[in-house]
Amino acid sequence: MKALSQRRRHPLAAVALLLMALLTTGGIYAAASTANEAQAQTTSFTANDVEEGSKLFTANCASCHGMGATGSDAAPSLVGVGAASVDFQVGTGRMPMQMDGPQAQVKPVQFTEEQTRQLAAYVASLGAGPAIPSDDVLDASEGDTAAGGELFRVNCAMCHNAAAAGGALTRGKYAPALDGTSAKHIYEAMVTGPQNMPVFNDANITPEDKQDIIAFLDTIGEQGSPGGADLGSLGPVSEGLFIWVAGLGVIIAFTVWLTSRSS
Amino acid sequence: MSSSTATQDFVPKTRVGKVTDYVDSRVGGSSLVKEFGRKIFPDHWTFMFGEVALYTFVILLISGTFLTFFYDPSMAETEYDGSYLPLRGVEMSVAYASTLDISFDVRGGLFMRQVHHWAALLFVAAVAVHMLRVFFTGAFRKPREFNWIIGCVLLILSLAAGFTGYSLPDDLLSGNGLRIIDGVMKAIPVIGTYLSFFLFGGEFPGTAIVGRLYVLHILLVPAVILLMIGLHLFLVVLHKHSQYPGPGRTNTNVVGYPVGPVYAAKAGGFFFIVFGVLAAIAAAFTINPIWNYGPYDPSPVSAGTQPDWYIGWVDGALRLMPGTLGNFDLEFMIPFPWGTNALSLNVLIPALVPAIILFTLMFAWPWIEGWVTKDTREHHLLDRPRNAPTRTAIGVAGVVFYCVMWAAASSDLIATHFMVSLNDVTYWLRALVIIGPILGFMVSRRISLALQRKDREIALHGRETGRIVRLPHGEFIEVHEPVDDYKLYTLTSFDSPRVSQPTPDENGKVSRLDKVHGRLSRFFFEDRVAPVRPSELAASHDDHHDEVAGTKDRESIASR
Repeated sequence: MKALSQRRRHPLAAVALLLMALLTTGGIYAAASTANEAQAQTTSFTANDVEEGSKLFTANCASCHGMGATGSDAAPSLVGVGAASVDFQVGTGRMPMQMDGPQAQVKPVQFTEEQTRQLAAYVASLGAGPAIPSDDVLDASEGDTAAGGELFRVNCAMCHNAAAAGGALTRGKYAPALDGTSAKHIYEAMVTGPQNMPVFNDANITPEDKQDIIAFLDTIGEQGSPGGADLGSLGPVSEGLFIWVAGLGVIIAFTVWLTSRSS
Repeated sequence: MSSSTATQDFVPKTRVGKVTDYVDSRVGGSSLVKEFGRKIFPDHWTFMFGEVALYTFVILLISGTFLTFFYDPSMAETEYDGSYLPLRGVEMSVAYASTLDISFDVRGGLFMRQVHHWAALLFVAAVAVHMLRVFFTGAFRKPREFNWIIGCVLLILSLAAGFTGYSLPDDLLSGNGLRIIDGVMKAIPVIGTYLSFFLFGGEFPGTAIVGRLYVLHILLVPAVILLMIGLHLFLVVLHKHSQYPGPGRTNTNVVGYPVGPVYAAKAGGFFFIVFGVLAAIAAAFTINPIWNYGPYDPSPVSAGTQPDWYIGWVDGALRLMPGTLGNFDLEFMIPFPWGTNALSLNVLIPALVPAIILFTLMFAWPWIEGWVTKDTREHHLLDRPRNAPTRTAIGVAGVVFYCVMWAAASSDLIATHFMVSLNDVTYWLRALVIIGPILGFMVSRRISLALQRKDREIALHGRETGRIVRLPHGEFIEVHEPVDDYKLYTLTSFDSPRVSQPTPDENGKVSRLDKVHGRLSRFFFEDRVAPVRPSELAASHDDHHDEVAGTKDRESIASR
């Protein structure tokens, strides 16, 4: 204790203190936020959830999806799409759809988690479909990153890009970038096939394999770019653009400087 | 050697002098320095792109040598157990594994890889810009036609060097590039499959291609590039450097600085600047993150798969080509005595036709233009692009043609980043690849002529000062400031060829070739802004004396 008090005027004391404070608050926040996530995911719905969800659906979704979610000319029937589909579409802000277009855009989420769960409960009650995944299948720490990478390159990269930076599809449709997408939404997208995505059911890619893919996406998202700024991970196009604009631009600035008259 | 008798009389006094004299009396370097050191090079920033290309090539040799210490061009299969976690345990080729090791386990390896790759991109870009400068200023004219050809060969070689290097890491991206080459090769009728089997040592991808490309990449292609650079520079020294027109600059002199000492120091310093810029870029920006792409496997093709920028235009042409035209199939099955052969025009046309058009025109251009102008004089003074409107316009048309195909290679990224439909991007670019060059030709020729007219106007009437003066009788005029004689020289002294009409021979006949020549000559020189003649200049000063500033005005303007 004496040693500590002797060093309290050390030039690095403030830095050390700051570091400790940051670590403490960060640690508490991390613990608290994971605790929140865990609470938010419940897969069992009560009759009350279904009742409330039905009301929400009639007020917000039925104008396109029809009363009883049986579909209309504007939108498909939702009987049998499952709770996972609702949780993905509503939970990522894609539904209610902002405007008619090639595909639903991501936008700020319109419903609370509670309301989303009630909507999911209602749609799940209409017919059997993929359920919202439980926490144990989403735990990326269980997954094999390398195996997930192989699965991702074979099954996902042709649309989502090898670095999950997204890519174009036909007629204005596209596969979005996957950075920042939660494990739950990745899993739900695989089992329900939203927008133009194919469905990867459990026979196609087993839950363990899905876990591997999530682990791979987590790893490449967290590790950052080993070689410096990644220029959007878009491949040779952004590299070519960069060398022509920035590289050659700087070189030209130097050539002008070198050949200017020193008068 | 008259100079050697002079050096024998010289007795060095200092130690450095003695050593230098000892070496010089045995090597004879001083005569070389005397000759080459007094070589004059004109100073202009556009003359430095060739230097950039040379320096990036040196950087490529240095960084490439480092990479060969650790790279293993083997397609044998191995299980990766290096530092990069997301690939550990994955089956891959030794080539890919060793490239990963360079990136993650060799000290400074990733930096050197990135220096090498960024330098390659800059190398080809510098070559391209250098060629554009030479083209638009007419520096390919007599006596430099052969050097232009050497330059064209160097461009093709640099594409070859780039492509062979791009394929070496044996990652998914480069493998897809090779697959396209394989497809194009197989589209060539009859011999296509044989060519492909010959290159790949069997069916694609085989186990031979990486080793073969490696030999081409580190031995054959750089050796030929070095040879060509040697020839290129030898001819530059032989011809002397061309220069922009200006007062005191003629066809028989070169105005500039001697190589020794200032220019050599500048050029040497510039090498380190280029190296520094590339090193800074390589340290801060990722290029070709092969760890993202994974090992090559013929089944997956990742979104965002593009070649490096210099091959992009061929990829773009392939993307633009429709598979069928309405109901008209572009694939033909042609029966031969030995069986049926496919003629896949939907692959052959985009893969070969644009390249044939561009490269043929590029190689033949000095002679095409020489035949049209019938100009056999030597040209050491460059053209300002505006003073050769048709050449400039044809160059711009070529650039637009290239750039539309180039843009097409990134059609998917244009679609996602500007939120438009990929199909619409393709349709627009299809239209632009035809219309764009024509529009580019017309617009740039008009702009060139307009700039010439502006030059003429300034030469005759001076610069508009924006000063409005009311004369005693009430008239308002804008004061024009005459340009100084130096500027006037640049504005007025240029060649402006006229249309040469075909003349009948003694039988009163005009040969077909002469007719073609007449038509081409009209196409080139019909729209023409005549340079200012001295008489016109004198007349303008007499006629419009009230329009130009008086002596007093001129002094007051000059003093500002």
